[in-house]
Amino acid sequence: MNTLFDKIWDKHVVQIVEDGPTQLYIDRLYCHEVTSPQAFAGMRERGLKCFRPDQIVCMPDHNTPTHDQDKPIEDPVSRHQVDTLAKNTADFGLTHFGMMNPKNGIIHVVGPERGLSLPGMTIVCGDSHTSTHGAMGAVAFGIGTSEVEMVMASQCILQSKPKSMRISVNGKLKKGVTAKDVALYIMSKMSTSGATGYFVEYAGSAVKSLSMEGRLTLSNLTIEMGARGGFIAPDEVTFEYLKGREYAPKGADWDKAVEYWKTLKSGDDAVFDKDITFDAADIEPMVTYGTNPGMGMGISQHIPTLDTVDAAGQISYKKSLVYMGFQPGDSLLGKKVDYVFCGSCTNGRIEDFRAFASIVKGRKKAEGVTCWLVPGSWMVDAQIREEGLDKIFEEAGFALRQPGCSACLAMNDDKIPAGKLSVSTSNRNFEGRQGPGARTVLASPLVAAAAAVTGVITDPRTLM
Amino acid sequence: MKQKFDIITSTCVPLPLENVDTDQIIPARFLKATDKNGFGDNLFRDWRYDKEGNPIKSFVLNDPTYGGCILVAGKNFGSGSSREHAAWAIAGYGFRVVISSFFADIHKNNELNNFVLPVVVSEQFLAELFDSINKNPKMEVKVDLPNQTVTNLATGKSEKFEINGYKKYCLMNALDDIDFLLENKDKIEAWEKKQKNA
Repeated sequence: MNTLFDKIWDKHVVQIVEDGPTQLYIDRLYCHEVTSPQAFAGMRERGLKCFRPDQIVCMPDHNTPTHDQDKPIEDPVSRHQVDTLAKNTADFGLTHFGMMNPKNGIIHVVGPERGLSLPGMTIVCGDSHTSTHGAMGAVAFGIGTSEVEMVMASQCILQSKPKSMRISVNGKLKKGVTAKDVALYIMSKMSTSGATGYFVEYAGSAVKSLSMEGRLTLSNLTIEMGARGGFIAPDEVTFEYLKGREYAPKGADWDKAVEYWKTLKSGDDAVFDKDITFDAADIEPMVTYGTNPGMGMGISQHIPTLDTVDAAGQISYKKSLVYMGFQPGDSLLGKKVDYVFCGSCTNGRIEDFRAFASIVKGRKKAEGVTCWLVPGSWMVDAQIREEGLDKIFEEAGFALRQPGCSACLAMNDDKIPAGKLSVSTSNRNFEGRQGPGARTVLASPLVAAAAAVTGVITDPRTLM
Repeated sequence: MKQKFDIITSTCVPLPLENVDTDQIIPARFLKATDKNGFGDNLFRDWRYDKEGNPIKSFVLNDPTYGGCILVAGKNFGSGSSREHAAWAIAGYGFRVVISSFFADIHKNNELNNFVLPVVVSEQFLAELFDSINKNPKMEVKVDLPNQTVTNLATGKSEKFEINGYKKYCLMNALDDIDFLLENKDKIEAWEKKQKNA
């Protein structure tokens, strides 16, 4: 009761269907090329136009190659999907940031950085990592393609109201501990289903101390513990970040907006269905050892032994370690690394590349490691160059690629080969996620950079 | 995809794994289609076929012992990506019901929107069901949507399952949410007007 989630959700209720879900108004719909074509096809079959085309923003990101984006995409099936989005957006009169448009990038990186995702909004996209936009103080969540079609047709969606959960992280984050580590730590405690049915509000001094980029990383990973979304109440950090962004309100509208945004917080008397607290001091740089993001541990720790897993979960647990080529009780420190990926909607922002650069500066890429540095958008790419980080990467033997989802889910040609170990700043270590048979260790950009210069899993604090 | 759902009695396909994510149900490289057809062929692709595309005999979908239109899976089925392609793959393969003790939220909605019924049962019911199928792969389960009951016909044990009245009506009458939303345009416009005036 009286949580920020209630305030935003309740404001957007069009009606509550009798013995059914809520009809919720959606302020912003984002579409990418993978989960939208069947929705557009459905709209055509029904002979419908988009109800509120001005509230829909589209861009390709999953299939885009990370090189030669000025040339046609080599894979004809990928090319067809990207071309289909361009055609659909033209036919339906929607905003489209196509490949090579300076506004293109990963949809969850572009939305916030262009000021399209604002506090108090309801935001959806056919993509589970839509939770990212929650960092702006918005109620943002991933939906399926049928639901994308619903929003195109009516700017509404039918949803049951989730329960509310507050996760507070109090205290000061230790050296070498980033937002990614906070998220992986929370997931390791909550499991991949621990927040299913809930919407999460992040709070506490450690969360409030995060930059906007860090908050986006934390909110992004909320879906990995099963929650529909996660958000952080907007504050000066949010307003400072948004001020002057292309699509953010300007002039008198800005002042009015900020005045409203300042009211967006949970009441002192707010009651959450679940309230969980963590201590920032308990968190160290994290790595995952299994095949879901909840299977994470501090980098100095050892993989849990089988007796710590409940009976029903033991088949999955064993299968997962066999897949990864690890043994219960193993430490990951010193394990040979074949690939390093820094990018994705989780860690493809400027702060992530600054962190990566801080470790590789003055060092050299380890032999035998293939490293893909993929900015989340052209804007991030421009920032990297403005700050001279590209020079640091170049001197250390790294090359910058072009923006897109890339090796996070390997829908383009950035695939990790079977059996190879990848340290990745992305969000999922599922079997085959980065390519059939690929083995993924999820970690922060600092841990990824440490692996890239040493060739093995290394505690980044030893290089700081 | 729209089809009426009433009572289904069928043998089951058991998948006693937990946290089956949507990347396993349908790997990302198969998401490039622009229509909803053919995803069933790649359901559980990397568990079902080896690198050369040969069926992996030990995987349950390749084992002729098991069949039917009910998939029985371990806890937290459908976690991860929101891809509705996972639901299209399940429906396309021919499953009408998925039974588990716990579903991921988005995937559960995606199943419902494709007229596949997710049935949530207790951990105990699920464990007994796996046991019954193990003892007799030809045993059947009855899923009765009108009465919201699921029955293990080997043991005779039955459980109630939850579904909201609206969605139940939609499934039983082959109606989808867009039909409903289009009928409510006036309410949407009224909401927008109210915001503008606020």
